[in-house]
Amino acid sequence: MLLLVLRRVLATVPVMAVVALVVFLMIRLTPGDPAAVLAGDNATLDQIQRIRANLGLDEPLWHQFAAWVGQLARGDLGTSIFTQLPVTTLIGQRVEPTLMLALTTMVFSILVAVPLGVLAAWKAGTWIDRLIMVVAVVAFSFPVFVLGYLLVYQFGISLRWLPTQGYRSPFADPWGFVRHMTLPALALSSIYIALITRITRASVLEVLGEDYIRTARAKGQTEAKVLFRHALGNAAVPIVTIVGIGVALLIGGAVVTETVFNIPGLGRLVVDAILRRDYPIIQGLILVFSLVYILINLLIDIAYTALDPRIRY
Amino acid sequence: MDLTRRDMMAGAAAAGAAAGLPGGALAQAKPSVLRVVPHANLQILDPIFTTIYISRNHGYMVYDTLFALDDQLQPRPQMVDTWEVSPDRLRYTFRLRDGLAWHDGSPVTAEDCTASLVRWSRRDPMGQRLFAIVDKLEAQDAKTFVMTLKQPYGIVLETLGKISSNVPFMMPKRIAETPADQQIQDTTGSGPFMFKRDEWQPGNKAVWVKNPNYKPRAEPVSSAAGGKIPKVDRVEWYTMDPNTAMNALIAGEVDYWEQVTPDLVPIVKQAQGVKVENLDPIGNMGWGRFNHLVAPSNNPLIRHAAMKAVNQEDYLRTAIGDPELYRVCKSIFPTGTPLYNEAGVDMVTQNQADARALLKQAGYNGEEFAILQPTDHPVLNPFTLVTAEALRKVGFNVKLVAMDWSTLGQRRTSREPVSNGGWNMFHTWWIGGDVINPLTGVGFAAAGEKGWPGWHTDPRTEELRAEFAAAATPEEAKKVAAAFQARTYEIGSYINLGQFFVPVGYRENVRGMIPSPVQFFWNMAVA
Repeated sequence: MLLLVLRRVLATVPVMAVVALVVFLMIRLTPGDPAAVLAGDNATLDQIQRIRANLGLDEPLWHQFAAWVGQLARGDLGTSIFTQLPVTTLIGQRVEPTLMLALTTMVFSILVAVPLGVLAAWKAGTWIDRLIMVVAVVAFSFPVFVLGYLLVYQFGISLRWLPTQGYRSPFADPWGFVRHMTLPALALSSIYIALITRITRASVLEVLGEDYIRTARAKGQTEAKVLFRHALGNAAVPIVTIVGIGVALLIGGAVVTETVFNIPGLGRLVVDAILRRDYPIIQGLILVFSLVYILINLLIDIAYTALDPRIRY
Repeated sequence: MDLTRRDMMAGAAAAGAAAGLPGGALAQAKPSVLRVVPHANLQILDPIFTTIYISRNHGYMVYDTLFALDDQLQPRPQMVDTWEVSPDRLRYTFRLRDGLAWHDGSPVTAEDCTASLVRWSRRDPMGQRLFAIVDKLEAQDAKTFVMTLKQPYGIVLETLGKISSNVPFMMPKRIAETPADQQIQDTTGSGPFMFKRDEWQPGNKAVWVKNPNYKPRAEPVSSAAGGKIPKVDRVEWYTMDPNTAMNALIAGEVDYWEQVTPDLVPIVKQAQGVKVENLDPIGNMGWGRFNHLVAPSNNPLIRHAAMKAVNQEDYLRTAIGDPELYRVCKSIFPTGTPLYNEAGVDMVTQNQADARALLKQAGYNGEEFAILQPTDHPVLNPFTLVTAEALRKVGFNVKLVAMDWSTLGQRRTSREPVSNGGWNMFHTWWIGGDVINPLTGVGFAAAGEKGWPGWHTDPRTEELRAEFAAAATPEEAKKVAAAFQARTYEIGSYINLGQFFVPVGYRENVRGMIPSPVQFFWNMAVA
C-alpha cells in the first residue's frame, strides 16, 4: 500500500509538468490581452503597450514559461496581474466555500441516493422501482440553474424562508451556514442524487443475485441486514468511484451554482480570471484542480482495498 | 492601509464625542451598513493606473480632489480653499483647506498634491495636455502650491475637477511617487471612507468604513462637489450576477444595486419595497467606432455611407427598450450638458438612398466590412446586430466577428487588414461625463496610431481641441465645440448611437442618493 502511495505521488510530478506546459500554452494561444483589460476602455494603444512591457507579456514565451516554472519550484503560484495579490491568497479565500458546497452536496446526495438506490434494487420491477427511476431521470435532466432559480423564487422570495444568495462559514456562523447552504446544495445535489441512485440500484441489483446473498437469507438474516450489510457492502466500489469523481468535479465545476447563489468559490474565481485573462490565477488554479483530481483518485484506489479485500496493489 | 477593529472603535468613539454623545455607547452601537451591488468587480485599487470605472468609484471613496464638478458640470473647490489666477492667466495659486488629513492622521500638504498631479498627468490625456504647457508646479508652503503655465489655458479648473477616469485624486507624496505605470497598493487617501484591505475578496466583496476625521465642506452636496458627508459606518460591495443581484435586492439582502440591467428593469420595478430610478442626468453615449487605418473603413465616403445607413432610435429601442431610459441625441455632447449643439447633425440623419449613393461614389465593391461582436455584452451586442442589419440593407458586405468583451478589448488594438484579423468597426459607450467636451473624450482625439483604437488622424480636429483648451470665455468655448462637432461628423470619426441611462435599484429605506454621472456613496444612509 505504501508503495502504491509513493508510486502515485511520484507519478504526479510528470503529470503536473505536462499540465503546466499545456495550460501555459493554451491560455497564451487564446485571444485576449490582460494589459488591454487592465488599462481600461479609455486607454490608448501606447498605454496598453507600456503595461504589456511592464508585465513582461511582450517577452518570448519560453522566457515567460521559464520564469513561471522557476516560481513554481519555489512553491509560489505567482501574483494576480489585476489585484496584485498572491494566487495562493486568492485560492485560500475561495477554498472553504467550494469545499463546503462540495461536501454538503455529496453528503446530502449520498444520504438520499443510496437508500433510494437500494430500495429500487430491492423492489426491482415494481412501481416503486419505476417511480424512483423516473424521478432520477427527471432530476438528472433538469439544468442546475433552472432548479436553482426556481428554489430561490419559491423559498427565498415568495416564502422568505431562506436567503437567496451568499455564504456564511460554518465555523463562524453555523446556523447561517445551514440557511445559506440549503438551497445551493439542494439544487446541485439533484444531478448527483440521480446519478448515485442509478449506480447504486445497478450495483446492488447485480449483487442481489449472488450466492452469498442467498446464503445470508438462508441463514435467517433480516432483509435490512442482507441489503445494507451484505449487498450494499459488496456493491460499494462503483458507488465510491462515482462519489469520488463527483467531489473532484465539484471542486472546480460548480461554477453555475456558485454564480446563481453568489457563493465565492473557486469556480467563480477561475471563470472571472479567464474572462480577464489573469494568467497567473488561471495557471495556478488549473494546477491545483489537477492535483485535487490526482489525490482524489488516489484516495478512491485506497478506498477500494478497504471495501474489497480482494483488491491488492 | 489596514484598519483594525481597534481603529474602527476609536473612530466611532471620536465621532460620538464630536457629536456630543457618549463615545462608549456609540462604540457599542451596531454599525450602519450600506450593502451595494456595484456595476463591476473591483480588481484594481489604483484609479490612476487604470481607466476602469469601478476603480474610479473606489477612488472617490478613499481619495479627495482639488476641484470637483457640480450638478451643472461647473468646477467647484473641494480640497482647495482659495485660489488666485494672475491677470495674464499664467499663474495659478492654490491654497488647501485647513484640517485636511490622510487616513493615517498626517496632514495633507501642498507637496502631496503636486506629486499626485504629476503622477496623474502621466496617465490621463487631459492631464498630459495640461502638463504640456505647465512650466512649473511647486509647493510654496505646507498648504500652498503654484502652477505656472507657458501659455493661457481655458480649462485648468475643469481639468483638475475632471469627474471621470482618470480623476486627479490626491494621494500622499510617498505613494504618488510610484511610477504611473505601476499599480499602487497602499490605499491611504484623505477621502470620506477608508478601504478595509483585510476584508477585500476580489470578485466577491469590498468594504470601506467611515473616515471619522474627514472634514466635509460646508456647502450642500452637488454631484462630485459640496460636502461629502459619510452617513453610514460601512459600505460593503458585493459582486454578483445580475439575476442574483435582482433576487437579493427584492429579498432585502442588499440595499442598493448600482446598475439594473435593462432586461430586468420591468421585474425590479414591480417588486415591493424596491424603487428603480435614473440618477444619472446625462447618462451614457453609445459609439460605433470606425477603424480609420484599414480598408474599406479607411475611406471617408464609406464611413459616411455607414453613418447615413443607421437610425439612432433603432439602437436605443433594441438595446435599452424603455423610452424613459433613452434619448435620441445627435450631438456628440450629451443632451443636458453645456456644449450640446446641433452642428453637423444632418450627417447622422438616416437616409438609405444617400447611403447607397455614397457607397457607389466610394467605388465599394463588396469588400468585407468586419464588425467585432461582443456576444456577452447586454448592450453592445444588440448595438452590433442593429448596425449589421442596417449596413446590409444598403449594400455592405458585413462580417460579424463574434467574441467575448475581453477578447474584443485585445482584438480592437489590431491594426492589421481585415484579411489578417483586423476590423472595421466595434461598438462601445462612454459615461456622459467622459464626453462633455472635446478634451475629456479620449476617443475624440485625432492622435493617429498612438491614440485610442480607431486611430483617426486629422490636424483640424487637433487644432480645434487646442482652441477649445485656450478659449477664454464659455461663449467662445461653445463656439469652438460646435465647430469641433461638425468636424467630427465631417471626417466620420464614429457613429453616434445616442444617449441612454442605466437606472439604480434600491430598497425604500435608502436615502440621500446623489444625482450624478458617477456613483458616489457619501450622503447616503439606510433608515
